[in-house]
Amino acid sequence: MAPIVSVSNLVKTYASGFQALKDVSLDIEEGEILALLGPNGAGKTTLISIICGIVNPSSGTVLVGGHDVVKDFRATRSMIGLVPQELTTDQFETVWNTVSFSRGLHGKKPNPAHIEKVLKDLSLFDKKDNMLRELSGGMKRRVLIAKALSHEPRVLFLDEPTAGVDVNLRKDMWKVVEKLRETGVTIILTTHYIEEAEEIADRVGVINGGKILLIEQKKDLMKKLGRKQLRIDLQEPLPAIPETLSSYDLKIEDDGHSLIYDYDTSGERTGITTLLTALAEAGIRLKDISTRQSSLEDIFVELVGARA
Amino acid sequence: MNLEAVKSIYFFEMARTRRTLLQSVVSPVISTSLYFIVFGAAVGSRIQEIDGVSYGAFITPGLIMLTLLTQCIGNGSFGIYFPKFTGTVYELLSSPVSMTEIVLGYVGAAATKGMMIGLIILATAWMFVDLSIAHPFVMLLFFVLTAVTFSLFGFIIGIWAKDFEQLNLIPMLVIPPLVFLGGSFYSVNMLPPFWQAVSHFNPVLYLISGFRWSFFEIADVNPVVSFAIIIAFLAVLMGLLTWIFKTGYRLRN
Repeated sequence: MAPIVSVSNLVKTYASGFQALKDVSLDIEEGEILALLGPNGAGKTTLISIICGIVNPSSGTVLVGGHDVVKDFRATRSMIGLVPQELTTDQFETVWNTVSFSRGLHGKKPNPAHIEKVLKDLSLFDKKDNMLRELSGGMKRRVLIAKALSHEPRVLFLDEPTAGVDVNLRKDMWKVVEKLRETGVTIILTTHYIEEAEEIADRVGVINGGKILLIEQKKDLMKKLGRKQLRIDLQEPLPAIPETLSSYDLKIEDDGHSLIYDYDTSGERTGITTLLTALAEAGIRLKDISTRQSSLEDIFVELVGARA
Repeated sequence: MNLEAVKSIYFFEMARTRRTLLQSVVSPVISTSLYFIVFGAAVGSRIQEIDGVSYGAFITPGLIMLTLLTQCIGNGSFGIYFPKFTGTVYELLSSPVSMTEIVLGYVGAAATKGMMIGLIILATAWMFVDLSIAHPFVMLLFFVLTAVTFSLFGFIIGIWAKDFEQLNLIPMLVIPPLVFLGGSFYSVNMLPPFWQAVSHFNPVLYLISGFRWSFFEIADVNPVVSFAIIIAFLAVLMGLLTWIFKTGYRLRN
């Protein structure tokens, strides 16, 4: 199946000379949830802005549903809903009007039933006649999501949707995202909260310095880059790592009460058996052993750190 | 053509007019009434007729033009500047609307609002002075053309402006002198020859003169020339707008 969004060799250089995107290529499959991770200024928002039509690309092409976003902008933008990072709202409008306005802008005939449903899904319906300036930040965020969903998009972009959002809203939002995914909507989100990407995404892309460093299925990524950590708690503290164990890349923690051993789960040999044997031979008595899987965050930090 | 979008923008803008009724309708009516009281009744009673028209009636077309120009520029510029200022412009730019549709919505609403207020001023004028319109269709033509042209001018200012200072620069600093020196309150024929010649470089003179001709058949310049000048200005603005759309100037960096 052809990808719903296809980005090829995208370059964006701003008038200031700053190159926000350097030759980015990326395919997004229909119905998937893609999380884009990257530090501030990595190019996430520029990439989304170009796909949505807010920023003109310097070179390269973007296809959405097979249509070029510049030449055939009507077709592409009709398919896309965008929730921007900034809380930008018409302060003096009511919730109902601003959401209906978005639907109209996208060329859709008024459909109060749909607007009502969107507002109810986002627990906004009782606020429908409130002016936006009367709403809290979290409520405004919901309104922006409602606006993006007002025209029934096939692709939804959520640019840092949970920045400054409380736990309840975050949960509500992921419920909505889950529901949308069931109806086949493709969702692209950028986030700082790596655990979110870990929890919700099918695929994870890491972007930094205007380049896509990696884009993979989340489980493959976890497997591939996934490292595990073996923690060995000792009966008696060790002042230093004994000579006999120097070939293992061990770290000492808790004033010598624990030894930490990093190993790669995908490796042929993890080295655990020989390490434990060596420990026994050195006469070191163990109190406890535990292992920890590295999180996406560790992977991310490692990746961005290594290539920065 | 995304008609739903044009309609949405248009009614969205018109709704703002309703919300700010006091500021957008009542205040221009009050200020124009003051002009009629001061110039028409107080000062005007001591001024003889100009070209056979009472002074109060003579200044009416100029006052309507003054309101129409400031209102249309103000509405046209604010309508597009405000979303830029608040950031909601993201939605406009990511919607399946062409720039033509954006212009139709914003400029249409700005012109409508300007004309509504212009007509209210005309009605107000009727309370103070005896008015007759010799050529209603020509009057309407000048009225609509001016409203559209200057709303478009405002729209371009709104796109160009980077802050409120720039936004207000032209409507507050450029338009009033042009209107006042464009023969709103006098016939340029009353000026010494040198200043008459200078006045002819003022584009607003042509608007007011043509508009006044449609009321009283008196004019400082030939109404056909007035018409041509508006059309020329409109054409320049259209050219500028086409360039703005092509380059994404100050909208799609």
